[in-house]
Amino acid sequence: MIDTLREFVDRDVLPNVAEFELVDAYPEAMVDQLRAFGLFGATIGEGHGGLGLDASTYARVIEELSRGWMSLAGVINSHLICAQLIERFGTDEQRAAWLPSMASGELRGCFSLSEPDSGSDAAALRCRAKKDGDELVINGTKMWVTNGERAGIVALLARTSDDAISCFLVDKQPGPEGDGGISISRHIDKLGYRGLETVEMSYADHRLSADSLLGGEEGLGQGFRWALSALELGRINVAARGVGVAQAAFDAAMAYAQERETFGRPIAQHQAIGFKLAEMATKLHAARLMVTDAARRVDAGERADVEAGMAKLFASETAAELALESMRIHGGNGFTTEYPVERLYRDAPLMIIGEGTSEIQKMVISRALLARAKE
Amino acid sequence: MKVVVCVKQIPDPADPGALDPETRTLKRDVKLILDESDSYGVEMGLQLVDNAGGGEVTLVSMAPNNEQSGLRTALAMGAASATLISDTELIGSDALTTAKVLAAAIKDQEPDLVIAGSESSDGYTGTVPEMIAAVLDLPSVTAAKSIEVGGDAIQVQRQTDAGYDVVDCPLPAVISVTAGVVEPRYPSFKGIMAAKSKPLDEKSSADLGFAADAVGWAGSGQEIVDVAEAPQREAGEVIEDDGEAHLKIVEFLENLKVI
Repeated sequence: MIDTLREFVDRDVLPNVAEFELVDAYPEAMVDQLRAFGLFGATIGEGHGGLGLDASTYARVIEELSRGWMSLAGVINSHLICAQLIERFGTDEQRAAWLPSMASGELRGCFSLSEPDSGSDAAALRCRAKKDGDELVINGTKMWVTNGERAGIVALLARTSDDAISCFLVDKQPGPEGDGGISISRHIDKLGYRGLETVEMSYADHRLSADSLLGGEEGLGQGFRWALSALELGRINVAARGVGVAQAAFDAAMAYAQERETFGRPIAQHQAIGFKLAEMATKLHAARLMVTDAARRVDAGERADVEAGMAKLFASETAAELALESMRIHGGNGFTTEYPVERLYRDAPLMIIGEGTSEIQKMVISRALLARAKE
Repeated sequence: MKVVVCVKQIPDPADPGALDPETRTLKRDVKLILDESDSYGVEMGLQLVDNAGGGEVTLVSMAPNNEQSGLRTALAMGAASATLISDTELIGSDALTTAKVLAAAIKDQEPDLVIAGSESSDGYTGTVPEMIAAVLDLPSVTAAKSIEVGGDAIQVQRQTDAGYDVVDCPLPAVISVTAGVVEPRYPSFKGIMAAKSKPLDEKSSADLGFAADAVGWAGSGQEIVDVAEAPQREAGEVIEDDGEAHLKIVEFLENLKVI
């Protein structure tokens, strides 16, 4: 499976990324192939038509895609977080209604938690769902919605009272014009992580039927806790992306260092560069082992909050560091769009920030360590 | 529509291995993979079955050491089942013997159409598909770039140096497919998982009714008497630019009569 993906990345992704990335164009053909592989159902259970991949295999899939182009991992991740919420916490009716078409990729999902004034302090979100007879009325603005436009279903976190957040399954028409009270108010132009859509979505008196509440009546007020638990897989996803980007940065550096000559020999033979390659390879290896270990713990049903957080923290910082080191090895060429390194350098910060910044990871890790010490 | 596709499993061309000095044939004791030239035949077979709205693609392969990995790749692409003929008696079989063995396995399946790659990427004899047709007494069209099915016949576009011929041919028939004429699909992940449990029937040459001296080294009429290195490409002419290089290049091209 991973061999097939590697062939796809080498043959169809790497030679074509630049064409889409710089102009921020959506890679339809690549996404169609992800769908043909069945990856929109990667972690959805086989009973619902998905592949039912475990976290370890999923991490390797994400790493391999990110070695080609990190944005491709983003197309799938947001969709699968939405699917995971439905599969784990939805009612039987919700699972049957949404999961089969999500698994085939016919229906695309997205996950919507962040707001303009609520990122790291996600619990401060302001988007509101108000009861009106049998219906709910949604008002608010959501930020950083990956796949927001093409999605036909949004897992939306909204406040149902001053001290309760719930998750709603918002059924919408895919497309730029929005639907009902939903509008795609802005396409966000970004440093990296380009080519896929990251949008701002506004809800103005958008009406939902009562059965849109994830998990039915019992789901009232559970949304925030559920979203955080779904993000654990999200952290492993982002860590795996970090490993993929770090691998790409290392591969580029290795190739260039053996090819480029200064003072009469390949620069890899100068100790200054050789040491850089050694340090890069060591950190890359460590990052990969951390992701593998965190994923294995998830698969074994063990607690993995600390390990997933550590893997995310280390792998994302490693990706950023290796992208910069690779650029140093490339010299002036690395600073141009002729070589892939500048893209890796622009993509890497997303992983330091997305799914909990490095600083938030340190908070999560230290709190969990202290909690474990008390047990 | 029932399509049988012949596939060869060959040493990975990226890691080509070596010739056995004694037999002057390629060493095949390494891991073998699906010959890329055959992936076009598999893809064409799958497309024909899809367009026909029913039927299946089955695979036939003769390989050493019970090798299955190339067959599993083609099964993951969507073929329904496979027959593998493998035993030590078959070692040393020439093209005609290979064709006889494959034909015997194909005959049992009573296909509407047999597809094979025009030539393998390791042996390059380019003769096995036509030999299979002769053994089975079926019509054969070579170098197909497209196949269209209409009832009990097919229309084949057959590639030529100048363009293509349009050939009508009754079914059943044996068609060889040129590499590069279709885009072989990537196997889906479900396909990869399902391929592990698809039926793969292993047969020996004896199961197909061949005596030990009718196959392998003993049964082959063809002998490789010598193997020679391909001539090295000669180094090109380097023209250093002393300000007049463009004139020398023009002269060089004029001598070749290309300008």
